[in-house]
Amino acid sequence: MEARTLPQAAAPRTWRPPRLIESGWTRWAVAVGVLAYLALALGSIEVNWTRVVEGVARAGRLFAGFLTPDFTSRWGDIQAGMIESLTMTVTSTVAGIALSVPVALGAARNIAPLWLYAVCRAIIALARSFQEVIIAIFFVAMFGFGPLAGFLTLSLSTIGFLAKLLADDIEEIDPVQVEAVRATGAGFWQVIEYAVSSQVMPRLIGLSMYRVDINFRESAVVGIVGAGGIGATLNTALDRYEFDSAAAILLLIIAIVMLCEYASSFIRKWTQ
Amino acid sequence: MPVVTSPAGQPIHWRLQTRSQQLAAWLGWLALVALTVFCWRVMTAGTIWAFVEDAPRQAADIFGRMLPPRWSYADRLWLPLWDTINIATLGTALAIVLGTPLAFLAARNTTPSTLLVRPIALLIIVSSRSINSLIWGLLLVAVLGPGVLAGIVAIALRSIGFIGKLLYEAIEEIDETQVEAIRATGAGPAQVMAYGMVPQLLPAFGTICVFRWDINIRESTVLGLVGAGGLGLALEASLNVLAWPQVTVILLMILATVLISEWVTARVRRAII
Amino acid sequence: MLRIEALAKRYKTGDAALRGVSFSVDSGEIIGLIGPSGAGKSTLIRCVNRLVEPTSGKIQLGDLELTTLGKAALRRARRRIGMIFQEYALVERLTVMENVLSGRLGYTGFWASYFRRFSKADVARAFAVLDRVGLLDQIDKRADALSGGQRQRVGIARALVQEPELLLVDEPTASLDPKTSRQVMRLITELCAERRLAAIVNIHDVALAQMFLPRIVGLRAGEIVYDGPASGLTPEVLTLIYGEEDWSKSSALAGDDADDAAAGDHVLIDRDLSAAVR
Repeated sequence: MEARTLPQAAAPRTWRPPRLIESGWTRWAVAVGVLAYLALALGSIEVNWTRVVEGVARAGRLFAGFLTPDFTSRWGDIQAGMIESLTMTVTSTVAGIALSVPVALGAARNIAPLWLYAVCRAIIALARSFQEVIIAIFFVAMFGFGPLAGFLTLSLSTIGFLAKLLADDIEEIDPVQVEAVRATGAGFWQVIEYAVSSQVMPRLIGLSMYRVDINFRESAVVGIVGAGGIGATLNTALDRYEFDSAAAILLLIIAIVMLCEYASSFIRKWTQ
Repeated sequence: MPVVTSPAGQPIHWRLQTRSQQLAAWLGWLALVALTVFCWRVMTAGTIWAFVEDAPRQAADIFGRMLPPRWSYADRLWLPLWDTINIATLGTALAIVLGTPLAFLAARNTTPSTLLVRPIALLIIVSSRSINSLIWGLLLVAVLGPGVLAGIVAIALRSIGFIGKLLYEAIEEIDETQVEAIRATGAGPAQVMAYGMVPQLLPAFGTICVFRWDINIRESTVLGLVGAGGLGLALEASLNVLAWPQVTVILLMILATVLISEWVTARVRRAII
Repeated sequence: MLRIEALAKRYKTGDAALRGVSFSVDSGEIIGLIGPSGAGKSTLIRCVNRLVEPTSGKIQLGDLELTTLGKAALRRARRRIGMIFQEYALVERLTVMENVLSGRLGYTGFWASYFRRFSKADVARAFAVLDRVGLLDQIDKRADALSGGQRQRVGIARALVQEPELLLVDEPTASLDPKTSRQVMRLITELCAERRLAAIVNIHDVALAQMFLPRIVGLRAGEIVYDGPASGLTPEVLTLIYGEEDWSKSSALAGDDADDAAAGDHVLIDRDLSAAVR
């Protein structure tokens, strides 16, 4: 017993700390690569320093605008923009959820046949591949300026977001529960209702609430390309360097997003 | 009481919900439908339906003009593409540097003060998250002037909130007993963090950063629309002169970039987990 | 060497977890702390190294009064107290060696520990304890790749590498099977004997406590209701600690897993104790 507690001379007892990348060569290559990239990337930024110096004063004014936001002088525009943004958020979220549930069911390999799976996954991939603003540009070109184009944009991206996460979720449900319900002789829709929906419902509610939040934030952006909403008002305010009005709009956006988050945490607690 | 009993106390019927619960659920649904219809009416009040009816023809027209793509234009897109990737990567890097300490200040179990520091950190996080990259872009172009720098800062300012929020949630979920065990050895506060917390957080941290980088690649492709550099600038220029065949090339290039970034992200995530 | 006097702990919620607990432990002495869930066992041992701040009372380790120490002094005092945890509390994503070396953090500067540059002597200590607990061949494995018994041995090694004077052991066998539980308890008692360590072992398994621990302290609702030899745990005493129950069955249960061949002599003791309980 005593001998075992003493360090043995025979066995070399050295310890090397574990490393993230075991091979020395790769480690050096990665480090050199990262440094080279940083040097090239930072070197390729063209900075107009006189403009930046001017910018410091503007940043000061913008910051001052946040402390003394001006809600009144552009209130008409702000109100109209906010109403467009909010209505767009509500309608597109509802439409998006309503459409993404069937798409999600179709895109779950464990309940849909292969052809339907392929079609639905293609829809999802299409809806996710482009940034909302690019989609908005096309909808504006097709449907004209205004919140309808924004509504379509947000509905489409809601499908891309919600249907994908929901489909992945459905694919991960506990198959034993599905088998158990199927074993009772339940039909397809009964299986969906009893075995699938009960497992994914809490997540669907959570994701939907989160999507309300995202859609509102996006609705503030699509206005920049003419698809309605508060973004257009903000764009105008910034073009005219009216930082106090812009600050008022930004504060409103932040307040509404905070409200959304509060409401969603409340609803999630309530539905559980 | 979901179980309906006979006067003798025998259960005779079972329902999931009581009548008042059912009523409340129906009223909830009714209110949601009414709200949606109302919003739809308000939203479409100014819509010119003639344009909407015309949409299929417009769509056909646009897609007709987009084809065939003007492939030669691709040669002039390599520099904007490089800028786009830099905006996303450097912006994410800057956000990681700023967002990580912020997350530790915001997490309930690591914040130095729950009364003062934590609310401020949370306010910074929610402000950063509420404002989209493109709007940050608008602001920064107004402040710094157009260019890649505005794009990088815009991406960073938006990502700070994202990284901060997800990371502070991860910090609040760590296993406290592992931290306690390190504290019990007599380790100092920095050591407790490095040994008890960081190893637990690394996988989440890596996933969050790569995830945000992937999102930022998408976002940086359009930042140019507001003047913040990258492929979006070329898109804006082509749209302004209605050069649809060039737009096709730009969109294909964006698509390829996004697909590659998604592939990289998936690879890195698998390596981390 | 450890003296606890009138120790009390009241949580912010108003629950009094400990109400005036006093006892002392000599060096080389190992005591079992038993009692129902919520009796304050965990709180008591966490008060000793002040992972939980006691409300009032005194704790003396040698000549050192622990309850009034400032931050730096407390860290120095914690180096002298090893702790073994219920669910092992290893840092799951670090290797076995890193986990064991984390026992030397109190003696290592931050940057040295950050870059895993522990002193040669510390690494040699870690090898020695890993050899003693029989894990020399596992040093580069990640902690989450080990079995429960192996993890608890890493936990023991981490406490030992501190070269402590006192071991605080919190439910060491709670998540282990009966055989591994006995092996772990035997290892702990042997190590305490070899190194003349004082130890306080929280344990909920009365049979296991009687088997390995000569002195038992019984805690009920934050107060000591029994302090004496393990053989004194009569049904009346157990009723005092845990409340009304048919205690004659528990000894039969303890005899059940006597199939552990290596534990021959301990099983004998176990039988004797069972007889005593009857």
